[in-house]
Amino acid sequence: MLQLALSIVRNRFRMAVNLTLPTPGLTALYGPSGAGKTTLAHAVAGLMPAIGRIELDGDVLLDSTRGVCVPSERRRIGCVFQDARLFPHLDVTQNLLYGYKRHHGDTYAEQDEVVSLLGLTLLLRRRPHELSGGERQRVALGRALLGQPRLLVLDEPMASIDRARRDDVLPYLERLRDRYRIPMLYVSHQYEEVLRLAARVVLIDEGKIIACDTPSALSLSPALRPLVGISGVGAVIESEITSCNRDTGLITVSLGGHPLRLQGVGDAVGTRLRLHIPANEVILATEPPHGLSVRNALPGIIETLDPEQDGFVLTTIAVGHDHLLARITQSAIDDLSLQPGRPVWALVKAASLAQGLYRPTATGS
Amino acid sequence: MLTPAELDALRLSVVVATWSVLLTLPVAVLLAWLLVRGRFIGRSLVDAAVHLPLVLPPVVVGYLLLLVLGRHGTLGHWLYQVFGIRLAFTTAGAVLATAVMTLPLCIRAVRLALEGLDPGLEDAARSLGAGPLDRFFSVTLPLMMPGIVAGTVTAFAAGLGEFGAVITFASNLPGETRTLPLALYTALQSPNGDGAALRLALLSVALGGTGLLIAEALSRTLRRRVGRA
Repeated sequence: MLQLALSIVRNRFRMAVNLTLPTPGLTALYGPSGAGKTTLAHAVAGLMPAIGRIELDGDVLLDSTRGVCVPSERRRIGCVFQDARLFPHLDVTQNLLYGYKRHHGDTYAEQDEVVSLLGLTLLLRRRPHELSGGERQRVALGRALLGQPRLLVLDEPMASIDRARRDDVLPYLERLRDRYRIPMLYVSHQYEEVLRLAARVVLIDEGKIIACDTPSALSLSPALRPLVGISGVGAVIESEITSCNRDTGLITVSLGGHPLRLQGVGDAVGTRLRLHIPANEVILATEPPHGLSVRNALPGIIETLDPEQDGFVLTTIAVGHDHLLARITQSAIDDLSLQPGRPVWALVKAASLAQGLYRPTATGS
Repeated sequence: MLTPAELDALRLSVVVATWSVLLTLPVAVLLAWLLVRGRFIGRSLVDAAVHLPLVLPPVVVGYLLLLVLGRHGTLGHWLYQVFGIRLAFTTAGAVLATAVMTLPLCIRAVRLALEGLDPGLEDAARSLGAGPLDRFFSVTLPLMMPGIVAGTVTAFAAGLGEFGAVITFASNLPGETRTLPLALYTALQSPNGDGAALRLALLSVALGGTGLLIAEALSRTLRRRVGRA
């Protein structure tokens, strides 16, 4: 468990944080630029002065009232920075072993395994300036991990990598997360990365914690909406594959106990999936649909109606124990006389879900 | 080629420049580090003080050294009484005068290297378990090497030719403090010294030129090693 009760003052920026996070598991610190995500992450790592208390799995790293402040170099918190920060005078192997050599005691991550997990075998003799951005971040990940950290702080590790090249790093990061089960704090302002990686999200804005919850619960929160943009607003569902058809490529997952068919990627029955269903892609009907191409019609009950500024209404629909969000025009609300408590059918196009499929792991749920 | 006296001057110049670099370097690295990274009151005062020899006439520096460290100077008197150390009019004095004069050159080169160094790398080293000294020797110092080498060679080359401060503080004693420029000056003062003066001048040019070429080559290699070419 990571317990934080911190107050951070930097120039005119003030931050007050009270958080308890489970370990292991990847927690995303998510918020707009300048919200204080990096500041908080660095304070935890001891690279930024802070007042208050930090306790990690029973060890007190900071307790200002008792004058305890474990210096960064003895906190065993690994850091991966936005700009990698590999040592330019050392080659990849020497970079990887920098922290490993300085660690005394038991090790859980060994060089050979980390090198092969991160696909670094062919890069070991290279110097940092001979690496691509993605390769650099992989080396930085390996270097941090070989320092045998108890917590890994990742400060926007994808920010300096082209969107198209992110798969040079993200799959490797997922492998490490699943293999070593170390707790991670992942700073990001990319909702997509958060959905892909995080078991828990801390929403930060203007130095304050707005919310701390699972991606699924947070996806329904109005506080999230201004941050994720129109296409990001939508319910996040944790589910698993109940059947799959190898001929058509369609898989079925369960959503609130009802089947939801979508284009799969050859996953086996029982695989856990996280789905992002954009509110823009959900249609509401007051009776069971006939003669439509839409394959998915889920019966549910309207819970809330949140009018937005642009004439649309964000509607929350309970489907069994899950929820969906739908963006509906105000006139449709009026014509269909939709109101809380009203039973409806939520229609979801299979094709609209192809973009929002994520595969969290056992630790990720 | 060279007369024994001229060879002596050459040897003395090399000895004085070498010792003065050895003396200057650790001080320059420490001061550069303090001036770039340190947060203390009076930093700009220290900054100005170490750069003073660059703007003062060397004779003034020599004279000030004489005032403080001469046999009747406050510190010089004490040094002589307690340790029997005499600096004025000795080779050690020439070394000291040269060191003071070349210190700002050395600091500037080292400082430039340090300012170009990303402090984030030291944070990275910290998070990997490196304490302050460890970080300095494993990250900061190696990355400052191009600047340190440049500073060393510049200070050495300048040290070979330091004149004003040396002649004022250490005088012009053959075999003791008569370095190349002092020998050259002496040759110019003597009626038949033209040939000797020319030889010594050419020697100085060759030494200085070689020094600069070595410095350039070394720092290029080092920069390539840290990927900043």
